[in-house]
Amino acid sequence: MKKARLMQGNEACAEGALAAGVRFFGGYPITPSTEIAESMAQLLPAVGGKFIQMEDEIASMGAILGASLAGQKVLTATSGPGFSLMQELVGYAAAAEIPAVIVNVQRVGPSTGQPTSPSQGDVMQARWGTHGDHPMIALSPWTVREAFDASVMAVNYAERFRTPVILLMDEIVGHLREKVVLPEDHEIEIYPRRVPKETRAEGYEPYRADADLVPNVADFGTGYHIHVTGLVHDETGFPSGSPEVTGNVIERLHKKLEIAQDEITHYEEFFMDDAEYAVVAFGGTARTAYEAVCTAREKGLKIGMVRLMTIWPFADKVIKNLAEKVQGILVPELNYGQLVGEVQRAAGGRCSVELLAKYNTKIFTPQEIVVAIEKLCAGGKA
Amino acid sequence: MERAYEKYFRQNRLPHMWCPGCGNGTAMKAIVQAIEKKGLTQDNTVIVSGIGCSSRASGYMDFDTLHTAHGRAIPFATGIKLANPDLNVVVITGDGDCTAIGGNHFIHGARRNVDLTVVLFNNNIYGMTGGQASPMTPLHKKATTAPYGSVDRPFDACDLAQAAGATYVARSTAFHEKHLIDMIAEGFDNKGFSLIEAVVQCPTAFGRKNKMGSPADMMKWMRDTAVMTAAWEKLDEEKREGKFPIGVLYKGNSLDYSSAYQQVIEIAEGVKA
Repeated sequence: MKKARLMQGNEACAEGALAAGVRFFGGYPITPSTEIAESMAQLLPAVGGKFIQMEDEIASMGAILGASLAGQKVLTATSGPGFSLMQELVGYAAAAEIPAVIVNVQRVGPSTGQPTSPSQGDVMQARWGTHGDHPMIALSPWTVREAFDASVMAVNYAERFRTPVILLMDEIVGHLREKVVLPEDHEIEIYPRRVPKETRAEGYEPYRADADLVPNVADFGTGYHIHVTGLVHDETGFPSGSPEVTGNVIERLHKKLEIAQDEITHYEEFFMDDAEYAVVAFGGTARTAYEAVCTAREKGLKIGMVRLMTIWPFADKVIKNLAEKVQGILVPELNYGQLVGEVQRAAGGRCSVELLAKYNTKIFTPQEIVVAIEKLCAGGKA
Repeated sequence: MERAYEKYFRQNRLPHMWCPGCGNGTAMKAIVQAIEKKGLTQDNTVIVSGIGCSSRASGYMDFDTLHTAHGRAIPFATGIKLANPDLNVVVITGDGDCTAIGGNHFIHGARRNVDLTVVLFNNNIYGMTGGQASPMTPLHKKATTAPYGSVDRPFDACDLAQAAGATYVARSTAFHEKHLIDMIAEGFDNKGFSLIEAVVQCPTAFGRKNKMGSPADMMKWMRDTAVMTAAWEKLDEEKREGKFPIGVLYKGNSLDYSSAYQQVIEIAEGVKA
């Protein structure tokens, strides 16, 4: 029989990564993410894995990318200030197509901000924190069990698409303790490290894309003598100054996610059958929003809810369809207004989109969201 | 005529992009000759570099090679070595890459005694960006960002590495090529963090700004100012003025990081069992 455990979101994240095959963690302490590093320090060596506490978050990223190139599945975890430092090499991972998962347990910013109160202020940093055009996957769990599942999923996507994946947690879910029943190992699907399909003699090129537009880059030490660089490179892996190569590479980096977007987009709908209005929420805020929607339903309001787990790439189709169905959408988020812009863009004027913003270290109360729902359903602003 | 060390280069990536008279090629060749001398295999050796003139070397060398971001070669190399301790990991870096933007990584790599062989091509300047002062530009020497002479006191990277915990520290120059090969080869023998500073000439940026003459003149300067450690020990303080020691400067004996972590694994597995 499966054992129920009382577990924290951050612990579940570490357990999920381990279950997905992560065997290397490099990190630097920062609240409210530190329990992930502490869990990995405890758990990894017991399964022959490696944990290293680096001198800063830049070095943490460097270490995990090196370990990934040497064949390990890798993880790091941080919060806002550390996430800012990591951006340099998040871009390197995107450009050089190195699988890696970066957990950001969000706290109030900017800068040192309010350590370590809850926030969802890194929605846009997760997407655009590093310079230049690049693809990005970001997942945001709302329960402790989902922190486990999202962690497994993040590792699998990193490996499958050879790209950095952001696990965009928040302090609410990270520090929440819930009863969870974790899946057995055989119930967990694991995406294995991609391997070359050709030998060097057969003309193998490390950055030639496979049918799914993702290259099968050889691990170091397997005899392929590959070159990896953050410079724009052609299929051989060596730098190219060609406008054509540059354009093609940047396009392929985006397309490899675009063609898989429907599979990557995870969301849940509640009370949508007869809904005339909807709340769109994610992460810890979705927990409050769910209770508010239940309360509003009891009051007879035709309100539904869409909970986004995949934040990036943004669920354009889901929101477009929603906007065609309902008369108004409410977006509560713990920031000055970030996800709401994406919802407005995807809704494309098909319905009104209202923001309920909070950024003062306090989480929403269900009542605050209920009041905003009542206004929305009355055709007013939040 | 093919020379034995040529197999260590990617012939289709040559000629290199360095200026005529640059010392980087000499240092790069010394690395592969040290690899040849010690019999390290191409399949089992990884070359990791940062950003700058020196760090372009990785692209010319026929191994698994990693051209990282500015200053970050040592963290990447640390991850590679810890993930797969069977690999020989060589880091190629420059004075700016290693001691400015990468300075913190450098001292912590040495502190942990990660089994890496770091070859620092010291040309005393930022060459690729056109001759700005680095933390290893000597006092009062000129650079585009120090047009009246540098007032920043320079690092001695060898002293720094030793103080931070490196277990093998050596220096040589592009002039003393055979000696440089020996210094690097001995670094491969050390199971721990090894730093080999290779003093190289940059005639285009450093030499020209400081009126040091032709590349050959700069190498004569190395000949005349570098002193083998045995002779250096006997020199009075005043006779050391304007000169610098080359040779093995320090050897320590501490457990390397991968071996130390293996002990952690054994303890943790024991706790689990």
